[in-house]
Amino acid sequence: MVTRRELLLGTAGGWLLERAWAGEATDTLTALPGKKPLIRRAFRPPNFETPLADLAPPFTRNDTFFVRYHLPVIPRVDPATWRLQIAGASAQRPLTMSLRELRGGFEHVAVAAVNQCAGNRRGLFTPRVPGVQWGNGAMGNALWRGVRLRDVLHRAGVAPDAAEVVFDGADSPILPATPDFLKSLPVERALDENTLIAFEMNGQPLPHWNGAPARLVVPGWVGTYWVKHLTEIRVEPKAFDGFWMKAAYRVPTGAFPGSRFTSQENAETTPVTELMVNSLITSHVSGAQLRRGERAELAGKAWDSGAGIEGVEVSADRGQSWRDATLQRDLGRFAWREFRFALDASRAGPVEMAVRARSRSGAKQPDKLTPNPSGYHDNIVQTVSLEVV
Amino acid sequence: MKGPRRLAPLVLTSLALAGACGLLWAAAGEESVQLKDAPGRDLTTGRCIICHSLEYIPSNAPAMNRAAWQKTIQKMKDRFGAPLTDEEATQILDYLDGSYSGKS
Repeated sequence: MVTRRELLLGTAGGWLLERAWAGEATDTLTALPGKKPLIRRAFRPPNFETPLADLAPPFTRNDTFFVRYHLPVIPRVDPATWRLQIAGASAQRPLTMSLRELRGGFEHVAVAAVNQCAGNRRGLFTPRVPGVQWGNGAMGNALWRGVRLRDVLHRAGVAPDAAEVVFDGADSPILPATPDFLKSLPVERALDENTLIAFEMNGQPLPHWNGAPARLVVPGWVGTYWVKHLTEIRVEPKAFDGFWMKAAYRVPTGAFPGSRFTSQENAETTPVTELMVNSLITSHVSGAQLRRGERAELAGKAWDSGAGIEGVEVSADRGQSWRDATLQRDLGRFAWREFRFALDASRAGPVEMAVRARSRSGAKQPDKLTPNPSGYHDNIVQTVSLEVV
Repeated sequence: MKGPRRLAPLVLTSLALAGACGLLWAAAGEESVQLKDAPGRDLTTGRCIICHSLEYIPSNAPAMNRAAWQKTIQKMKDRFGAPLTDEEATQILDYLDGSYSGKS
């Protein structure tokens, strides 16, 4: 099967179309077992993006939630035999537990939170940068239920010299020389009350493709830290030096606001950490037509790293003036917040709508992209070009 | 989780074949993705599909030129352990640059 997108790539004119990225019209939809058809960025390792329409509900359904893996060997973990090991040089009482012991041994808590890939929207970067060419859908919002990582770590005893906590999942490489996917967090973030080991997503057991039977949930931080199919947690007195910390998921030091991961920082680069304030129009895409005189509403989502959304503004005059959109129900400070705005469809002709979210931290979406080699943190003001006919 | 520690070259070849034939469930359907026909295609296909399906190549083309492909191939070899001789790396570079360099 050759898709239109691939056909376009074969022609000289195709490059232009590819760069213009005319919405999702040329994307290929493929269903993984247990999932609805999602935008396929790659079969293996599986990287599947949520279509825009499926980002409209307040909580992203489990069967439409995006899928992101780095390594091709992804075992189906048997919850009955699964074990989680907590060890490391700064763990005072190393221990191993079953899923039953994890579920039964600690207080259950839930948090509504956006899980967004650091590279979400990389495919929209200008100039283009290499990597999975994500559009807008390497993200979703879910209600995650599990136990606090902090409670589990305290059972194992966190020594005063602990600096980082390292996480490993059941996925693995094919070649022995390929670095396994391990991530670390600063010990303070690991001990934050909002950081969870989750075993449920939107009231259901975690789907296989989203980390069954238990995954890390780090509200406010990019998805790379949300390690799936957790198998091992190590509390360590020094900075973890694995490839996925030292060489990947990094941005130029000082280029972005947000939490610093100082034990992993050097003069040139630092780990990508918190989400930037951002928004997404889910009701319309560029090129959509409105019928003159009919009621129409612009709608979408706005989110940040956990301060919460203070407001969403809309401009119909290329940013000269801004009007407030109406914010919908607050699902929690780490969740996204829906916004709505009545469109003026009284006169025929083109309409350009720009949307800008503002965090309670004071941060606003910028107009310009901050260049960085891996294409992270695209949170620039989004504009859709509509036409009233 | 740690992967296999030791793999003989023969095993690597079979893994590449297994990838193409769909040993891993996720490989099902990925054979639909084919690279452009030009010298070096079979070598490129055989080495790349050991670890990943081929969409990464056309989808990244707009971001790539010869220098970027050179960097990527070096990363696959040095960081990810792709089994490539220098000569093979050059052949793959020539193929990818010739067929999938779309950066202006």
